[in-house]
Amino acid sequence: MAIIKTVDLTYTYSEGTPFEKTAVNKVNIEIEEGELVGIIGHTGSGKSTLIQHLNGLIKPTSGKVIIDGEDIWDKNVKLRDIRFKVGLVFQYPEYQIFEETVYKDIAFGPKNMALDEKEIDKMVRETAALVGITDDMLRKSPFELSGGQKRRVAIAGVMAMRPKVLILDEPTAGLDPKGREVILSQIKKYHEETKSTVLLVSHSMEDVARFASKILVMNKSEVFCYDTPPAVFARAEEIASIGLSVPQITKVFGLLRSKGIDIRGDVYTVEFAMKTINEYLASHGKGGGDHA
Amino acid sequence: MLKDITIGQYFPGNSLLHTMDARFKIIVTAIFIVMIFAADSFSALLPPLIFFILAFALSGLPVKLIARSMKPIIPVLVFTSVLNVFFVDGKALVSIFGINITDEGLIISGMMVLRLIALICGSSLLTYTTSPIILTDAIEKMLKPLSKIGFPAHELAMMMTIALRFIPTLIEETDKIMSAQKARGAELDSGTLVQRAKALVPILIPLFVSSFRRAEELALAMECRCYHGGEGRTKLREPVSGGKDYAALGVTLLFLCAVLLINMGKVVI
Repeated sequence: MAIIKTVDLTYTYSEGTPFEKTAVNKVNIEIEEGELVGIIGHTGSGKSTLIQHLNGLIKPTSGKVIIDGEDIWDKNVKLRDIRFKVGLVFQYPEYQIFEETVYKDIAFGPKNMALDEKEIDKMVRETAALVGITDDMLRKSPFELSGGQKRRVAIAGVMAMRPKVLILDEPTAGLDPKGREVILSQIKKYHEETKSTVLLVSHSMEDVARFASKILVMNKSEVFCYDTPPAVFARAEEIASIGLSVPQITKVFGLLRSKGIDIRGDVYTVEFAMKTINEYLASHGKGGGDHA
Repeated sequence: MLKDITIGQYFPGNSLLHTMDARFKIIVTAIFIVMIFAADSFSALLPPLIFFILAFALSGLPVKLIARSMKPIIPVLVFTSVLNVFFVDGKALVSIFGINITDEGLIISGMMVLRLIALICGSSLLTYTTSPIILTDAIEKMLKPLSKIGFPAHELAMMMTIALRFIPTLIEETDKIMSAQKARGAELDSGTLVQRAKALVPILIPLFVSSFRRAEELALAMECRCYHGGEGRTKLREPVSGGKDYAALGVTLLFLCAVLLINMGKVVI
């Protein structure tokens, strides 16, 4: 059964005023449990608005959001329980940090869940270890940490609630390449260890291509496509036509094909590209060193 | 909820009011306020009322805006009128539990409410039709003579500009932090008073931190562009006054005279 399902989800900002704008238009998606979904789209394509619907921060203008089989705007459903089930990490989450120590800040979410002390302690320490926060750092004030560390503390604050679904809005924005790599691999690790569903909003096709098991492309408030990475990148030209870039290696393969070389077009990682080229060369009976 | 705040909001337009010299608009608004408080009877409040309706019609703003600017002061209005109704001495009309409602109490509280409404409406009309930057420029220009005796006219105007500029930013920021904490299970709108006050901590601390950060960044950015206060600084837009500004001032003064004449009993309405 799908853990997240939306039915004709539509949201209009400032309805009835001259500033009216439909941010999400009739979105129907079904996300299966355990997927790692990359959400891609332009600024203003409705990604952020869409994800804020999934934990009930925004009430849809029309349509339904169904989490784990429950319509979250049903009278009998407590929104707060939905928020523990669907953890949302905002953009630049380090700006929401407020406690005196890193430990307390990570414990804020679990505490709101009314867990007992022991459980809270376990969650905090496990999560801290997962995102590489040392015991020494747990005792520090979060305001003493570096930007990248603060970001990890903020992400851990949501992960520590062990939500069934973890949604991250551009978790790597504004970080250096090394910081990005660290955070992405920690998210991947969290996904594998907890077997939870993870939704990752990103601008970088490369990142999404490498990590996601499914890709959701948003364009002009609508879902452009939702499929596996090979299937999405096979439509490289369409994706380019809506102004999004595909991974560079996919572009290379597109160029090769346009030069008349009969090679597959759904390549999106460097490793897979190497394998494909080798296979191609082998099947055409040419040696690796022959530059045709 | 936070988006309803309209204080200091500007609605662009090309009406007579929009294009008037802001210095004159400030003076006219001040005279308008004098009119309201000089008027000592309902009939003397009539000229300022007519004046406001005329000015509003000239501004071309939607009538809905008046209602919106009134919304936040409704509690104040209710409070002052209730106090005045019950606690002003005079001829008792009705008596409830030993507290008298007097005719004078009713008159005074009625005047009070009318004055407050006129005050808010008049000053909102100024901010609705004048962009904050032009407004502070005008204030700076008007205070300039005082800088000879050491009054920091430019600095004051700059502070006002920055404060006004950051109101919407802070509102947006607050909304964002509130959402982020709600996503972590914070309960903001339920519980006892103490619980609610405590629930504000996760909102206020990040808000303070980010305000300080913004202030620092802004100060740095200003220094990088060689900002060094008002000395020798010139303006891109110098305010210019024309015939219509003097005409508006003249009309306003006429209305003020009308109020004074009614007060003195020379004119009876």
